[in-house]
Amino acid sequence: MIRDILICIFLSIGGLLSLVAAVGVIRLPDLFTRMHAATKTGTVGVASISIAMMLHFNNITVTSRGILVIAFFLLTAPVAAHMIGRAAYHSGVSLWILTRIDEWKTHGSKTRDK
Amino acid sequence: MVDFIDHLVMLMLTVAFGAAFVRVVIGPSLPDRVIALDMAGTIVVALILAHCIESDSYYYLPAAITIALVSFVGTVALALYIRRGGPS
Repeated sequence: MIRDILICIFLSIGGLLSLVAAVGVIRLPDLFTRMHAATKTGTVGVASISIAMMLHFNNITVTSRGILVIAFFLLTAPVAAHMIGRAAYHSGVSLWILTRIDEWKTHGSKTRDK
Repeated sequence: MVDFIDHLVMLMLTVAFGAAFVRVVIGPSLPDRVIALDMAGTIVVALILAHCIESDSYYYLPAAITIALVSFVGTVALALYIRRGGPS
């Protein structure tokens, strides 16, 4: 009974975070803010659904594979987001019109790596 | 109760998948489309996990791990492609 309630809670967290990611990807004004919504929220949503799956099966095989899925997403999502963000900035994607601080333009041009 | 919540969560994930593909269609630049496709791959992994709960069988878990890996490699490859000049 307790396990069913925990499964429902974790599944609901995952689904609601996916909906928040969907709204952010549609509505936010800029590439970088959209990237914030898509990567971060999607990663936590998948981790929550994986925890729900591990609780549902209660099995060492499924638990090890679920931990593998979570660790893989937590390792690779920041790497992919960082690479996409750096490539997009260097290829000249325009920032939002209300962006106030652009530290790469003021401080990062001397050590620009190519 | 778990079945009802699971079906609801699969509906939410489908809506998020549709939103990601709307961004793929209307995205003004190539990095927009890349991050939307990355999010679509993440949602496919979540859908596979929800289907594992629904059908009480865990035989699709290696497929979820493989889709996550291929999505990461594709995102990194497209980032390097944009970095080296892109479609221009």
